[in-house]
Amino acid sequence: MNQINWIAFLTIVKKEIRRYTRIWMQTLLPPAITMVLYFIIFGNLIGSRIGEMGGFDYMAFIVPGLIMMAIITNSYGNVAASFYSTKFQRNIEELLVAPVSNQIILSGYVIGGASRGMAVGVIVTILSMFFTKLQIHNIFVILAVSMLTAIVFSMAGFINAMLANSFDDISIIPTFVLTPLTYLGGVFYSISMLPPFWQVVSQFNPVLYMVNAFRYGILGVSDVNIWFSFAMLGMFAVILYTVCLYLLNKGTGIKQ
Amino acid sequence: MNEFALEIKDLKKVYNDGFVALKGINLKVKNGDFFALLGANGAGKSTTLGIVSSLVNITSGEVSVFGKNLNKHRDEVKRKIGVVPQEFNFSTFEKVHDIIMQQAGYYGLPKAVAAANTEKYLKKLELWDKRDKQARFLSGGMKRRLMIARALVHEPELLILDEPTAGVDIEIRRTMWELLSELNEQGKTIILTTHYLEEAENLCKNIAIIKQGEIIVDTSMRELLSRLDKSTFVFDLEQNVKELDLLDNMTLTQGNQLEVEIKKGHSLNEVMQFFLTHNIQVQSVRPKTNRLEELFVSLSQTKGEKK
Repeated sequence: MNQINWIAFLTIVKKEIRRYTRIWMQTLLPPAITMVLYFIIFGNLIGSRIGEMGGFDYMAFIVPGLIMMAIITNSYGNVAASFYSTKFQRNIEELLVAPVSNQIILSGYVIGGASRGMAVGVIVTILSMFFTKLQIHNIFVILAVSMLTAIVFSMAGFINAMLANSFDDISIIPTFVLTPLTYLGGVFYSISMLPPFWQVVSQFNPVLYMVNAFRYGILGVSDVNIWFSFAMLGMFAVILYTVCLYLLNKGTGIKQ
Repeated sequence: MNEFALEIKDLKKVYNDGFVALKGINLKVKNGDFFALLGANGAGKSTTLGIVSSLVNITSGEVSVFGKNLNKHRDEVKRKIGVVPQEFNFSTFEKVHDIIMQQAGYYGLPKAVAAANTEKYLKKLELWDKRDKQARFLSGGMKRRLMIARALVHEPELLILDEPTAGVDIEIRRTMWELLSELNEQGKTIILTTHYLEEAENLCKNIAIIKQGEIIVDTSMRELLSRLDKSTFVFDLEQNVKELDLLDNMTLTQGNQLEVEIKKGHSLNEVMQFFLTHNIQVQSVRPKTNRLEELFVSLSQTKGEKK
């Protein structure tokens, strides 16, 4: 990346960070409150009756999944909302008239979105320490999985924003696709508890691999092979990057 | 240095819904020119400028800026162009200073240069005092000036302004005219679209008129104005002239107001003589429209000629 592209990239990233920190009451605070409620209700109140899962008390078991859920929804939501607003207010034209390549536009928004996902992940992790003793099994796996997941879902949010024609369109996917996939991705349970048929069905859920790989990084246990999880994450990253660039090069929703 | 700031060859644009916005236009704008591109709403002005500024995809044809083909050297061409769009297109929640600094960043300007240019143009556009305000709190005129400052921050050689003074009061409009003239005198090529034909007449050296996706006039402002074969004047009179036998070129618009058409080469003497004969006192006289407006209306109504 030459100096001009690097400056343009940093400009987009800083703009994105400034945007979500300016409206922190809407972006950083709500996931913190939601996760504290999860910790209290599912972890403490209900979790104390459930007992152990996967060899750990229920609170410790669900913490990795809840951190991952926060990273997923915030990475996705940041790019979907920010890029769609940019389209809606037409200030995408500021970028289109400038000599900024599509790769730089995409990278800037994705890293901006991923940074919010990671920031919320850190906040939720700190909060979880008030409820359970957090252990670290493999810090490299934790960092790699969380970053890759944030990047993958930022790209998914980018695609949503490019194809959206109204603000309704950027809430449909999170409501009807993302939330069910996350809840059914093994955040609150081990898939070994499911009947064999649903265990097979669960393996088609990409969130399962992310949650389990992250849980492995923290607790050292996983329902799926850790390397297979990384391969899945890598595959999703490549596919989504290709789709994003295709839409940008075509000018879908941003150029006539 | 290239003779032409902009060269357009056989440019066609067909939108996805099948609407043919441009039917193969050709246009040349000289380096250092102050050029007006006029046309009714939907004629193809914004599409043309949108293609030049990379906001609209080309269907076919060629666009070159300072000799560089847009499709082959897009980044280089973009660096030479500053764009002031018709509608406000900045984030209204951002601060004025941040909007300009960001635009400088998109052009890859190092921080020190970006900060210096931002200060220079915000001061020039009289927005420096508002630099820490969110853009949504600016008045309409300030927002327009903000867009001009943003377009200038990377010091482009060609400035494209799509109706830059729309909705701006006359005082600010005149200040903006002075600024644009100054920029043009400093060597920047300016292409302007406007619905204020007085603006085009006062500022621009050359002009093209586009109608239904075709260039129907492409000439100098002086040559175009010389084509005007008649002028219409409005006379406000002291008394009612309803009962009088008016001259053939007179039309009564109100009891004490007349419109008089004067053909090219004819004088107002005959009309003044008529008023003297009938002992009519003239309160005031003024042109009905500016000259370019009169020409524009007649050209828009008839099938235009190609240069």
